[in-house]
Amino acid sequence: MIAYTLKRLLAGVVTVFFIATATFALMHAVPGDPLAGAKVRSPEIRANLQARYGLDRPVLVQYAVYMRNMAKGDFGISFTQQNRSVNDIIRQHFPVSAVLGLLALGFATLGGVLLGSLTAQLRGRMTDRTVLFLVVVGISVPSFVFAALAQEGVLLWNAWAGTTVLPVAGWGTFRAMILPALSLGLGTLAFLTRLMRSSLLEIVSQDYVRTARAKGLPGWRIFLFHELRNGILPVITLLGPALASITTGGFVVETVFAIPGLGRYFVQAVQALDYTVIMGLTVFYGAFLVLMVIAVDIAYGWVDPRIRVAKEGGA
Amino acid sequence: MSGAIGAPLLSKDDLAPAERGDLRQAAVRPSLSYWTDAWLRLRKNRQAIASLVIICLLLGGTLLGPLLWRVDPDRQDLARVSERPSLSAKLTVLAEPPPYVETVAVEDGAAAAPAKGALPAPAALEIAGDPTVQAVRLQWARVPGAESYLVYRSTSRPGGDFLGLPLGETGAGSVVSFEDTFNLEATTYWYSVVATDGGESRDAATVAVTLQAGIPLADARLLDPGANPGGRVERPWRPLGTDYLGRDVLARLLSGARVTLFIGFTAPLLYILIGVILGGVSGYLGGRVDHWIMRVTDFVMALPFLLLMILFKVAFGGGPGESGIVPMLVAMILLGWTGAARLTRGQVLQLRDAEFVQASRLLGARRSYLLLRHLLPNTLGVILVSLTFAIPGAIFTEAFLSFIGMGVAPPTASWGSMCNDGIKVFLVHPHEFLAPAVTISVAVLAFNLLGDGLRDALDPRLRSVE
Amino acid sequence: MPPRIPAAALALLLSVPGCSGGGADAARPGAKVLRIAMSEEPPQLDSTRATDQVSIFVLGHVMEGLTRYGRAGEIVPGVAERWELGDRKAVFHLRERARWSDGPPVTAHDFVFAWRTAVDPKTASEYAFILYPVKNAEAIASGKLPAGALGVRARDDRTLEVEFERPTGHFLALTAFATYLPLREDFYRARPGRYAADAPDLLSNGPFVLSRWVHGASLTFEKNPRYWDEESVTLDRIEVPYITPDANTVYSLFKDGKIDSTGLGRDQLPLAQADRFRMRAFSTGSAFYMEFNHRPGKPTANLHLRRAIRLVFHPGEFVSKVLGVPGTLPGTRLIPRWVRGVAEPFVREHPLDPVRPDLVAAKAELALARKELGGTLPPLLWLTGEGAGASREAEYVQYLLSSRLGLTLKIDKQTFKQRLAKMTSGEFDVVSAGWGPDYADPMTFADLFASWNENNRGRWRNARYDALIREAQGTVDPARRMDAMAEAERILLDEVAILPTSEGGAVYVLSPRVTGVVRHMVGTDPDFTRARIAEGAR
Repeated sequence: MIAYTLKRLLAGVVTVFFIATATFALMHAVPGDPLAGAKVRSPEIRANLQARYGLDRPVLVQYAVYMRNMAKGDFGISFTQQNRSVNDIIRQHFPVSAVLGLLALGFATLGGVLLGSLTAQLRGRMTDRTVLFLVVVGISVPSFVFAALAQEGVLLWNAWAGTTVLPVAGWGTFRAMILPALSLGLGTLAFLTRLMRSSLLEIVSQDYVRTARAKGLPGWRIFLFHELRNGILPVITLLGPALASITTGGFVVETVFAIPGLGRYFVQAVQALDYTVIMGLTVFYGAFLVLMVIAVDIAYGWVDPRIRVAKEGGA
Repeated sequence: MSGAIGAPLLSKDDLAPAERGDLRQAAVRPSLSYWTDAWLRLRKNRQAIASLVIICLLLGGTLLGPLLWRVDPDRQDLARVSERPSLSAKLTVLAEPPPYVETVAVEDGAAAAPAKGALPAPAALEIAGDPTVQAVRLQWARVPGAESYLVYRSTSRPGGDFLGLPLGETGAGSVVSFEDTFNLEATTYWYSVVATDGGESRDAATVAVTLQAGIPLADARLLDPGANPGGRVERPWRPLGTDYLGRDVLARLLSGARVTLFIGFTAPLLYILIGVILGGVSGYLGGRVDHWIMRVTDFVMALPFLLLMILFKVAFGGGPGESGIVPMLVAMILLGWTGAARLTRGQVLQLRDAEFVQASRLLGARRSYLLLRHLLPNTLGVILVSLTFAIPGAIFTEAFLSFIGMGVAPPTASWGSMCNDGIKVFLVHPHEFLAPAVTISVAVLAFNLLGDGLRDALDPRLRSVE
Repeated sequence: MPPRIPAAALALLLSVPGCSGGGADAARPGAKVLRIAMSEEPPQLDSTRATDQVSIFVLGHVMEGLTRYGRAGEIVPGVAERWELGDRKAVFHLRERARWSDGPPVTAHDFVFAWRTAVDPKTASEYAFILYPVKNAEAIASGKLPAGALGVRARDDRTLEVEFERPTGHFLALTAFATYLPLREDFYRARPGRYAADAPDLLSNGPFVLSRWVHGASLTFEKNPRYWDEESVTLDRIEVPYITPDANTVYSLFKDGKIDSTGLGRDQLPLAQADRFRMRAFSTGSAFYMEFNHRPGKPTANLHLRRAIRLVFHPGEFVSKVLGVPGTLPGTRLIPRWVRGVAEPFVREHPLDPVRPDLVAAKAELALARKELGGTLPPLLWLTGEGAGASREAEYVQYLLSSRLGLTLKIDKQTFKQRLAKMTSGEFDVVSAGWGPDYADPMTFADLFASWNENNRGRWRNARYDALIREAQGTVDPARRMDAMAEAERILLDEVAILPTSEGGAVYVLSPRVTGVVRHMVGTDPDFTRARIAEGAR
């Protein structure tokens, strides 16, 4: 187990390295000058700025310097906000996105498992079909549409109730997190419901379940210890990438609900050609994703007895 | 079993040799191949068939639509901006209004200037000339002490603090007329004029006017070159309304369908193809080839998809005037093949050591035969299902990218960019958003349901047993 | 400065103070709190380097320069209570009661230090050029002289002497600009590289102090008790609990009573009408125009082609139907209508005949252009920025040219930096451009197209124009200056160096409890420093 973990971590570091390189190359392929200002500067000023950011050196040297700094954990200073380092930005804004993402994922997972189990149990009946249909419709509505419509709905609700039931935008209180988390998690919720359902359906017809039932075990015991425990495996596999994608896909939700998260920063940085922020965030996200995938694979290996027993780690 | 308790269970007759008969069961139905069976099961799934029909309609509409509905999606008609779905109508042609001349009132030296901020409402406010949807002209009497007049317009009766849209100001106390050409429609307007001298007065004079629908001469001549003022011209119908530049929503939807569906089909097709090939080769050959291909897959998978997609789009955004479709396509293909690769590889690994394949190999089958006859057909099910689910994913990604402005470039329309434009005015002109949003949702829904149906139909464990 | 976003889309919201509670800090009962939203996080609060609207808005509330803008946009005394302006120099007398928020008085040395820092090439300030009227400023910024050589000195703690490079008639208007704000040297030097990075790192001498700054999320301003004019400031606090560019969100917040005012984009106008909010319009002061590329070899360097385009473009229709924000005026000339000349608006003192659209004449000009360009007209490249308004404008012009003249226009939509890069390198035929005034004088627009001005990205050159601008810059006689600039403008428009499209306008809503909000075309906008909140709960 330990050896496997270490091997994966090492591979992860290499992957992050490649991510950083790919991003660096892409960024420098972008036409446009990160130091271009609306007001043209005198050559002296330009030269000074370039020197300050190290842009006057050849590209390969910049790359080497950047990699070295990155290894030390220093991502540099933002171009657009010259008083803030990228580390500061990540430190101040990532927790917001993380909380939002976790909440959304929690909601999606809980809801997905519950709904999936429900529809698997009630397979074929009216409830199953309606829930399934709603779920598929839920997948079909893009998150940005849902966010905007939900905001309008809350506004009307507030007006009708005469008081603030849910805040229309903003961040800070728990109530402010509900709507954004919902918008973000909806697509994943729908997806996980279907996944859970199909996984459970497959398991229910397995021999060991039939054996357990034949043995006379109570329904809930079978459900909890046999069906759920095995059925949840595919869901767990997907949790890692799901969390990462939720955290990165939160840009629109963050804009619509005025949430100071990292997603917004990234898109703005790309548009403003803020090299340091782009690099820093991409590497950070990449590392985060890699970590999540490794963590999930390990968790999977722990939960799934088949893999635990086998000598070969799951790939 | 016979008899009461105590009676013997078996008799001698039971142990006599049986009749030799035909032990084979009568065939209930002819044997079905895997694919025929799958098709039959799919047919029984009503939802899936409905989805298939919808998809075919969509495709047909995309290809044939522009031939049947011959409205130019780029044609702008600024007289019909953001119009609701409407039938064709006959409209009166309006003559060009006479040139507007400001009315300047001379200073009436006798009147005393009132205190600041307490100016009365202008008197004698009236509509000058003939008000049409081309221009409405107002005129009023001068207010002593005023430095300027503010003109408001509203579509409901003003009251309290509300006067309506601030159209502008005249700029001088002596200018006592105003021409409104701002977005006039055939409805009732209330105009209010307030005198101001630095502080805003509270008293407003109001006058109402109802405008009749009409079409300006220049626009009428575009529809019918022989049109003359006073005549009637037929204005074509717009079944889905018009957008913010007066373009026909239906035409743009049809042309947008081409973009969205093109991306939605091509990208998944290509990246699944690539994924299948790589995954299949990797799974089949194993060893070092497998190892390195999997490392590359891991790397590409670890790339934060959206971030790199955006970066890619910015980096290779294509030249000006291009639609932006190609870089999006390339980005999606480069980053999207990993799922299919892993899936295929998993399948091939499983099947490679399955009994029937081993048996076939023992019987002397060649590699290509194994691949074509055994491995591929068994993975095809999984591949097909992935494809059906990848398509809505691609449509969504395109819609999302266009929504955040990283998708197609104007004036190319796509469903996503239309959603983006429409959602801003959703509360006022819902048709601009609903048309593309519903279309996207229906398409995505159809593909999802079809995918569900296909998966159920192609699952060998669910093969028909009766 | 070039406006990044059409003014209509930039929203600053005010929130409604009152019983709905809201923010994390509990309001003292009876405290007068104004709540607004901002469209983005202020990127640079160092006054020597700030360039964008949002940062200048914040600086305008926490700091004060020699002068500031009054209610009607006129220059009124700020830190300086009186001054003497001459041809070659000016002397400012600072008031005794001007203090920094931590106690010490604002002295002339603070101004000297700030201005030297601004022109120092090491600071790399984008706005250093605005100090060029001061002697040696340009030489210092180009590295030819040390920063200490700047023509400004503190005769004593309360007297500031400024020497001009050349007679500058509009110098007083410049002193209200953000780059001219004072900085205290010891405070600045105590935090190298971190000045204005966070709330405690920013020293105020203005009506408010930035008391709290949660990056990307919120800001809070408290009334500065040490401000010399603090009696005129009635607000206790200004809160900015929301930072988002989404116009719909911000409108929803206003409607929900969470903020006190917001600008309305074109798409929010019908909503505000339906909700019966009192709307106000104002001119933002910016001028928008199409800038043609005059570099040799470009089709737009041909005068007849430009004339043809001008003869089919109808600014009235454009403003009314495409821009759709009342308060926006059709662009007929370079100098907007609000700019004052000698005694009256510049455009009244120097009227110009408008050009009426004429399709027949346009086609004739096009034929001439075609002949001169060798028989065919290549597709034209239209460079524009992001934003829905930019797309609308581009699509409108594209269809206009293709349907009326048969000209093909290709749209090149770029992000801000890339657009700038292309403008500088000349990779465009027409670019949709605009300019926000830096100070209240026609020169802020007029010198844009002088051949030495780097912001003249179309590289239009006209010797007579240059001469006229130099003449206007070299004299303090108002009548001569205005006449020179008027004639320069006439030349510019006759040659169709640019094609004006509109003069920026915006519509906003204000909670009825708030009064005293001033909108400025130049400088801090909106100006809440003297805003008042009416008594009584909502």
